[in-house]
Amino acid sequence: MPGTVTKKRKTNRHARAAEAITEPRWVRRLLIGATLGFLGLFLVAPLLSVFVQAFSGGWDLYVQSLCDADTLSAIRLTLLVAVIVVPINTVFGVIAAWAIAKFQFVGKSLLITLIDLPYSVSPVIAGMIFVLLFGLQGWLGPWLEANNFHVIFATSGIVLATLFITFPFVARELIPLMQAQGTEEEEAARVLGASGLQTFWRVTLPNVKWGLLYGVILCNARTMGEFGAVSVVSGHIRGETNTMPLHVEVLYNEYNMTAAFAVASLMALLALVTLVFKSALQWKTAEQIVPEEQGYTGD
Amino acid sequence: MGITLFYLSLIVLIPLAGLFFKSASISWEQFHAAVTDARVMASYKLTFGASLLGASINATFGLVVAWVLIRYPFPGKNLVDALVDLPFAMPTAVSGIALTAIYAPNGWIGRWLDSLLGIKVAYTPLGIVVALTFIGLPFVVRTLQPAMEDMDAEIEEAAASLGATRAQTFRRVIFPTILPALLTGFALAFARALGEYGSVVFIAGNMPMKTEITPLLIITKLEQFNYAEAAAIAVVTLGASFAVLLFINLVQWWSRRYAA
Repeated sequence: MPGTVTKKRKTNRHARAAEAITEPRWVRRLLIGATLGFLGLFLVAPLLSVFVQAFSGGWDLYVQSLCDADTLSAIRLTLLVAVIVVPINTVFGVIAAWAIAKFQFVGKSLLITLIDLPYSVSPVIAGMIFVLLFGLQGWLGPWLEANNFHVIFATSGIVLATLFITFPFVARELIPLMQAQGTEEEEAARVLGASGLQTFWRVTLPNVKWGLLYGVILCNARTMGEFGAVSVVSGHIRGETNTMPLHVEVLYNEYNMTAAFAVASLMALLALVTLVFKSALQWKTAEQIVPEEQGYTGD
Repeated sequence: MGITLFYLSLIVLIPLAGLFFKSASISWEQFHAAVTDARVMASYKLTFGASLLGASINATFGLVVAWVLIRYPFPGKNLVDALVDLPFAMPTAVSGIALTAIYAPNGWIGRWLDSLLGIKVAYTPLGIVVALTFIGLPFVVRTLQPAMEDMDAEIEEAAASLGATRAQTFRRVIFPTILPALLTGFALAFARALGEYGSVVFIAGNMPMKTEITPLLIITKLEQFNYAEAAAIAVVTLGASFAVLLFINLVQWWSRRYAA
């Protein structure tokens, strides 16, 4: 039958075409093996070792390490910093991304460079500049001391340093997304009589909700896990200015391995949750763009 | 826009300006002496060399990983793809102690390397390279993936139909196309490795002149309240980071010029 014959010929042609641009099987197997080996060595092994070491003393010791007073205060401090930093950076990240993606103004590329700046600075240097600014010997140091404001070696310093480090995350996530979406929908809304604020709430934000969520999650993960900058700024005062990563270091340096890895396992769990969220978000946004692609690959 | 600029100035610009002002507070000779001191130079060499090596390893293996993830279906691929972002999501301190635990002389892998090959990883520059490879891993893979996805199958088919072997096609068609992305990923991993602190300090051993990285040296100077010298070293490090960023921008500008 004509239909069947055509189909068979098409399949053969496609199969041969596909073969011409693929490697031989042994090369494929070798490369897949190399990939799994490399990733297993560098990614899976460390991840596993955190949990294995954490539970090496049994479940009771694990819980005991986590319920230690200093550990609990470290957890509380980390959560406090996250609760302050993430919303602030989200708000300003959205505003910055909105300004960059939807408007034209002089100095736009300068603004984009500024936003990327914390991303490219070493965390230690980031912490240091806050010490230089707010420390006892710094610019504002004497004034702060006179007014009994404690910034460095106190929670506010940690908050400020973390704000600096994690600011780009939300903005960088949103800018390409908003730029890709263009301004047509907003223009349509304005034409239909929506005010600026209404346009923002009911058109712009819902369009970027998944990217925003991912940016917030990344910002949160980085906030809770920041080590270098906070290490410089916090003064390592146990029970007062130790965040979870700093507390891990303290425990590790005391050779209290099980406790160190117990706290570390909590953070590794957070990292895994972040990864799961990312995959879910990618899957969700892929759902939205696949219909467009199918138009192209449909033939 | 005004709000954004205000917030940015507060959080980013003013602190950074403070850095430059502080390092300007000492004389030129003092600055020069501070940044060329033997211990500091040793730390530059170590940080720079280890970052270069780590980024190169990532460039090579990252290319393989990205290739496999884009082109070959295999069971568990989505899991592996998600896992590539682990160094991004995991706190640096956690990665640091995990890597040290594995590569220490009594660790899972360190044990084998030590007894079979006599190679010590933890507390040596090799350990630093391992840590820097870990944290730079996502950069190369994630930069390459979109570039590889964007590639047209037609070009490869054309090469094959003109008689190229698979190796030739890779060398002369595919590789030049993804080279800008590869360079960008390499530079990003390199820049990140230059400033990395948390994952490295645990595995490094931190012996001055031997396994002390520049960020650690900065912290040591800060702890000694030697702010001016710390600022001087930081300025040099920032200069290196900005040079790398400039390189990345140049690569992207160059690739846009020659793109279709």
